[in-house]
Amino acid sequence: MRTHSIGPALVALAITGLAHSQVAIYGDTVHTSAGPPLTDAVVVIEEGKIARLGSADAIDVPDGFRVLRAAVVTPGLIDARCTIGLSGYLNQRQDQDQLDSSEPLQPELRAIDAYNPREELVAWVRGYGVTTIHTGHAPRSLVSGQTAVVKTRGETLEEAVVKPVAMIAATVGEGAREGGTKSPGTRAKMASLLRKELIRAEEYLRKQSAQNGEDRPDRDLRLEAMGLVLDGQVPLLVTAQRSQDILTALRIRDEFDFPMVLDGVAEAHGVLSRIRDAGVPVIVHPTMMRASGETENLSFETAGILIQAGVPTAIQGGYEPYVPKSRLVLFEAAVAAAHGLGFDDALRSITISAARILGVSDRVGSLEVGKDGDVALFDGDPFEYTTHCVGVVIEGAVVSEDVR
Amino acid sequence: MFRLVLSAAFATVLCLAQDVPQAFVGAYLLPISRAPIEDGALVVHQGKIVSVGESSEVQVPSDAEVRDVAGLVIAPGFVDTHSHAGSVEGGDASGPLHPDARALDSINVRDARIQKAQAGGITTANIMPGSGHLLSGQTLYVKHRDSNVIDDLLIRREDGLLAYGVKMANGTNSRKDPPFPGTRAKSAALVRANFVKAAEYREKVEVAASEGEEAPPRDLGLETLADILAGDRVVHFHTHRHDDILTVLRLAEEFDFRVVLQHVSDGWAVAEEIAASDHVLGASLILIDSPGGKIEAKDNQLPTAAILEAAGVRTGFHSDDPITDSRLFARMAALAVRAGMSREGALRGLTLAGAEMLGLEDRIGSLDAGKDADFVILSGDPLSVYTQVLETWVDGVRVFDRSDPRDRLYAEGGYGASHDQASLLHSVAEGEHQ
Repeated sequence: MRTHSIGPALVALAITGLAHSQVAIYGDTVHTSAGPPLTDAVVVIEEGKIARLGSADAIDVPDGFRVLRAAVVTPGLIDARCTIGLSGYLNQRQDQDQLDSSEPLQPELRAIDAYNPREELVAWVRGYGVTTIHTGHAPRSLVSGQTAVVKTRGETLEEAVVKPVAMIAATVGEGAREGGTKSPGTRAKMASLLRKELIRAEEYLRKQSAQNGEDRPDRDLRLEAMGLVLDGQVPLLVTAQRSQDILTALRIRDEFDFPMVLDGVAEAHGVLSRIRDAGVPVIVHPTMMRASGETENLSFETAGILIQAGVPTAIQGGYEPYVPKSRLVLFEAAVAAAHGLGFDDALRSITISAARILGVSDRVGSLEVGKDGDVALFDGDPFEYTTHCVGVVIEGAVVSEDVR
Repeated sequence: MFRLVLSAAFATVLCLAQDVPQAFVGAYLLPISRAPIEDGALVVHQGKIVSVGESSEVQVPSDAEVRDVAGLVIAPGFVDTHSHAGSVEGGDASGPLHPDARALDSINVRDARIQKAQAGGITTANIMPGSGHLLSGQTLYVKHRDSNVIDDLLIRREDGLLAYGVKMANGTNSRKDPPFPGTRAKSAALVRANFVKAAEYREKVEVAASEGEEAPPRDLGLETLADILAGDRVVHFHTHRHDDILTVLRLAEEFDFRVVLQHVSDGWAVAEEIAASDHVLGASLILIDSPGGKIEAKDNQLPTAAILEAAGVRTGFHSDDPITDSRLFARMAALAVRAGMSREGALRGLTLAGAEMLGLEDRIGSLDAGKDADFVILSGDPLSVYTQVLETWVDGVRVFDRSDPRDRLYAEGGYGASHDQASLLHSVAEGEHQ
């Protein structure tokens, strides 16, 4: 995965000004997502970062540290794809900002201009150990807009944001089909419109880099955003459920050579070798997503099948049009764990694997010295239905002690 | 003709399956009606449970087929008190009340979701039309038998009549442009007006019968409402918000009908009121993974189950299939336990409590001698995420077997797992097998 650079103005947004405390978290079992689990271990967090980590016997925790204890400790969980904060829990017009349907191609729509850090759903997922979310524009439009990576804390976007422009969200398949005489009305037209837009953006980038300033075209936010994809700075996140749609996405990527992440992939089991050979990471649909329409052939086992084939895979909470609109990624990974994925890979799919796909593994996704002090505490196997999340820490701040 | 041949082939299978007693020995039994049995035996014959108890005490008939199920768990088949499997339909958009419309006349028995319900261990379901009406129609209580025709799924009561209830709703789903009600008060007024009419109709019918006069012209809708007033049919009332729940209690009190509260999202807020009502047969909950998605369900939360249980309300669950996945029905009980419900109450909520809400507790819902041989064989604790439903049995016939690749498809998903004709293919294959 390439490292994505972003504009200096956006980098400034990522600076957090939140108070950190000194915390020591003891776990009977500590799953680090960076090696085998540790027994009777402690995670020491200073200045928001993990300062020390290891056997509780070997690490002295200085006085003045806040001490938390739990049976099981994991890295803060990551939801690799959702619309939380753009979509709200009421499902009323005023809290639904995940999709503007006025035009089929709107890569310039920024997630950071819509994210509401005080949305109830943010607190909801945080209470279950989710500390980082990749949220933004929804599927169901050919190119719906940008996504961002945020922490599930902070009262402003600036306090929450980790990566202001994470990906650009596109959809190939039923979701992108427009009604009446609007385009795209067919799959072939979707591919055609997407290719035309990429060609336009290529041309724009070429002219922008012209030596003679007078030849440069006027600034075009839309083409500039698509240019981020062609430049390799930001992946195109393509939601494709049917096997033919997955192949269309890969075909377009081969033609234009840009970073891509596949999303959904309900029929991945039908084109597994093509996905593996393409070397494209996957953010698989919520395990419990409803099987209907273009997802009718989905399987509880898809995440397990992908990971077994060696495809970098994360699991998502996703976005659906009806109750429950936002699913909890912990519960989705749990069902996948029980259907072929297994505990270790299931945990990785909502921690380190997700962090790598999102390009934020330098900060989150595993418990390692130097990384952000983002930790989830459980009173048992995190995936068991009857286990509780008993504490959540983000960058050293205890953000939840509820029993959930 | 084709269908007749298939039905005949299938009937043979049914017959063979019940010919000799079947004994399941060594399982951890969850009878529900009494404490779990560590090393238990279950004997079924002719579609009924013959005996249940400690392995050392149960007499296994000499001609029984004996299966060693040590290490596995056997529970009664799950009862889903509210499902839309079979693409059920009720009334249309012509008006807000359709007591004449029968789920019976609309269910597609080849809907793959019925197979998926079997894969989730559900053996009995209350299939209901949607909630977009004040009264969307008659529901249908079904057994999830393997079948190609609706007749094979029916449950008959002692009096020979079909077992079903009536679906009603209040709140926002049924609030629309005229002729639908525009407000909550109007919703209640329309319901009251119809029950008043039905009471008059009922009286006329009774008077005519007792005085040997000609009965009033038959009215299918009023007939159904009269059945409700007579206490012969239970109302399954879709209701979310606390004030809407109280409106249901008020209507039930006024017209003296029996009601199962369905969804009950704000049940936590009015638990004492629900418990105090003599008209409530129980509360059937849907517990969802995140709040909201619709405004009435914004306060839907997992602790509701524990709160209702503590208040003494009979509490069960429903899938509302396809809102939640029938294959993960037991998960809902587990989430209730996560949020404080007792383990016993949650397991009862999956089985006997549901049976009681459907008035079928004498036949299903627990492992007791004389009851229908409806049960699930599980790989472990029903409340664990890692547990799989291995087999589902209805009336002594195995309708789901996870070791069979055709059945496994429904349990896990994949190409064809949502296709309509699956039941037909299943039967063809069974026929060939014979």
